[in-house]
Amino acid sequence: MVSRAAWLYIGLVVLATAALVNSAPVTVPVTAQFWRELIILQLLFLVCDSTPAPLVSRQTKWSPSSAATLAAVVLLGPVPAALVGAVSVLSIKRQLRLDGRLFNGAMGALSGLLAGMAYVALDGKVAPAGFGHNPWWIIGPFAAAAAVHVLTNQGLIWGVYRLNRGRRMLRSEGLESSLPLLLVSDLGYAALGLIVASLWMLMGAFAAVLVLIPLFVARWAMGQFAEQQRAYSATMKALCQAVETKDYYTRGHGDRVSLGSGMIARQIGMGTDRTDAIEFAGMLHDVGKLGVPTQVLQKTGPLTEDEFAAIQLHPMRGLEIVREIGFLNEALAGIMHHHERIDGRGYPMGFAGHEIPEFARIIAVADAFDSMTSTRSYREAKSIPDAVTELIRGADTQFDPLIVGAFIAALKREGWPVPGPAAKPEDLTTVTVKDHDDPTAPLRVIQP
Amino acid sequence: MTSPSAADRWSSWQALDSGRLLLMSTAAMLVLAAFATATIEVRVSHVAMKVALSFGGFIALGELLRLALPGGREAAPIALVGGMSYAMLTRVNDVPMTGSPRLASAALLVIAVAAIGMMVGALPHIAAGRPAGLTGMCTRLVAIACVAFLFRTVGAGLVHDHSWKMMLAVITPLVLLGWLADTIVGALIRADDVGARFSVAISDEIRVQWALGAGVCASVIIVVLGAQVMGLAELAVFLGPLLVTQVAFRRYAGIRATYLQTVRSLARVTEVAGYVEAGHSRRVSRLAVAVGRELGMPERDLLQVEYAALMHDIGQLSLRDPIPGGATVLVSAADQERIAELGADVIRQAGVLEEVADLVRRQSWPATGHEPPPPLGSMIIRAANTFDDLVGASTDRERSAAALDRMRLDPSQYASRVVTALAEVAGRRLAWRL
Repeated sequence: MVSRAAWLYIGLVVLATAALVNSAPVTVPVTAQFWRELIILQLLFLVCDSTPAPLVSRQTKWSPSSAATLAAVVLLGPVPAALVGAVSVLSIKRQLRLDGRLFNGAMGALSGLLAGMAYVALDGKVAPAGFGHNPWWIIGPFAAAAAVHVLTNQGLIWGVYRLNRGRRMLRSEGLESSLPLLLVSDLGYAALGLIVASLWMLMGAFAAVLVLIPLFVARWAMGQFAEQQRAYSATMKALCQAVETKDYYTRGHGDRVSLGSGMIARQIGMGTDRTDAIEFAGMLHDVGKLGVPTQVLQKTGPLTEDEFAAIQLHPMRGLEIVREIGFLNEALAGIMHHHERIDGRGYPMGFAGHEIPEFARIIAVADAFDSMTSTRSYREAKSIPDAVTELIRGADTQFDPLIVGAFIAALKREGWPVPGPAAKPEDLTTVTVKDHDDPTAPLRVIQP
Repeated sequence: MTSPSAADRWSSWQALDSGRLLLMSTAAMLVLAAFATATIEVRVSHVAMKVALSFGGFIALGELLRLALPGGREAAPIALVGGMSYAMLTRVNDVPMTGSPRLASAALLVIAVAAIGMMVGALPHIAAGRPAGLTGMCTRLVAIACVAFLFRTVGAGLVHDHSWKMMLAVITPLVLLGWLADTIVGALIRADDVGARFSVAISDEIRVQWALGAGVCASVIIVVLGAQVMGLAELAVFLGPLLVTQVAFRRYAGIRATYLQTVRSLARVTEVAGYVEAGHSRRVSRLAVAVGRELGMPERDLLQVEYAALMHDIGQLSLRDPIPGGATVLVSAADQERIAELGADVIRQAGVLEEVADLVRRQSWPATGHEPPPPLGSMIIRAANTFDDLVGASTDRERSAAALDRMRLDPSQYASRVVTALAEVAGRRLAWRL
């Protein structure tokens, strides 16, 4: 974020914090002990903030540092909580520029301050010597403080993303897709702030050390998840490429259909889980082609009925391979029906209109588009505008017009990676002559 | 790891091996003793009753939210935290928790509460048709009982003064002991189940569980000490981070399982494409894992072997024409090497499976005379592949014996200890199918 708007935004957050600090109630006498406690909480914050867990393939990272700020709210009050949040400026992260640091610091301070003010406003007792006979009373004010903290934090981050979205720094709207999970995690670990505070009354600063252990365990699990997820998609990609080596011209096809399907899914507002599922389905949609004999795929001239039937079987073959993967059933239906046509003349089932599952209607559009914009042995690649015209022509007969519209809108926003012109392969025997996905050159079948 | 198919699985009464039986009877005796004492001797105060109900509920919730860990394990970390911290609770919100006249019966009260909590938590599992997870519950109960007896008879005497340092010094070793008991009993049962060596099973178990274990141990300490200040409210608040952490673990275990499942399915492309016989890659991987386990390989290496075995034929996709029957054992050594190299190239492209690619690449190397010698995993895959190429899905004893003989006669190609282990595994497999 380097734009003037972003700087203005940071300035506003800093100003708001400064204005509020003046009106915040002073709660704890400033003594040597106060400074000791403040510094230890700041250290706790810094340790958490400097070791964030990566969230899967998103640009956001997550750290449980809110626990330190909220402990400061209970132990020291609103202004010290702001001071704890503000050390985010110093967080030991590489690749963080000055503007990012300033924003993080201002955000930490403001959310700490607001949380503290909410806590005090609801009669939360700051720096209690103990929780007395009925400790339940503290949960209400504390929960309000935690909610304010989490919401301020996420709200401010959301603002930054909104500012950046116009500049297309984020392709996948990282924030919004994982937001519910982030909010819940934040709230869960915010509760740890109260635990730190209560242990603090018993054992002093050692409480911070004790709480670090579960925090790091949680971070470990999140990191492992992200790592496994990355390994998983990398392996999927490699295996799909292995499938595509059988056919020179269709290399990268699965990858691009996956991309296109994902674009459409996000455009029509699908949730994260379904978007992930359709991306996998797009990648694997042609896996069943392996079950089609190579001679049939490479045949020039019209096909016999039997050969055409063999090609028409490939979605079923694909289903056979991926059926046991713990996929959403929708993804399986997408693979099975990606060659159905809206007018009912497709295969394998001859479904029409909305009988065709939504996933299949989406994959069909992305599939045809990539086929048309790639080079084939019998023709050059079409330009993107030409292929779009072709899609529009096919809307209502071959494609779902709504999906075509969504794809065109997504295309305008995000662009399309046109595959480089494929160099002539030395070994011509590995070339598919007819592309079964190409809507401009349908397979010819010998009529009996 | 591979789970045995329905045909390989014994009926449930046969699966009650001696280790499991011992564990269950121990747990049953503890529970009986606990209930007997609790009903006769213990006169609990109003506060102690509330505490018992809260911790019982906590344990029930933990049992309800069990966690699947890598390798088909099941854990209930929240239930374990609840049980162990209840075992070592001395004061709740400055009210002392002695509970009963005799110390041993205080421990038995803990066991009774934990047992009831676990049973209540298991009920929804049973109602939903899932396994009750009796073994896991017994394991946890025994671990909780260890902690409770040790703390109530020895530890509690040491912590009468209000010093938190003394408290910490007493409960830290005890909670570690409790976790270790849970892990070791779990490893014992698992070693029996999968046929692994006990020493290997223990180190595997610790490797899988250490992170969760550290979290459990720290959580117990936090609950016990925090309850002194905040009372039962602390239990409710601490549930937040515990649940979120559990979700993180669940997602981690889930993606690992999906990963394995996906590789298993995609490895079948060679079968659908007609390059190899149906079921080949899965049979080879199952065999290779069993042989690896027989030879005492740790779980981490077994996972690599499993991936490599599943994908060992992926290089054939680059061949223009399928080998007849897909039996790589029938083609020349040079061709075998080429297929292995091509397959390794495919796997290496993923960028995350270097070791697996290496196993696949070296699967065609002879056992002796090659510099450097092939790794054990590659030798196992080679032997398992040859065996399946020659025997296939057949359960014919003579065919299997002939294949093994052929490999025994060729010690330069097949390492003799691998063939011996393979014979052992194949023999067991035939016995199961009778």
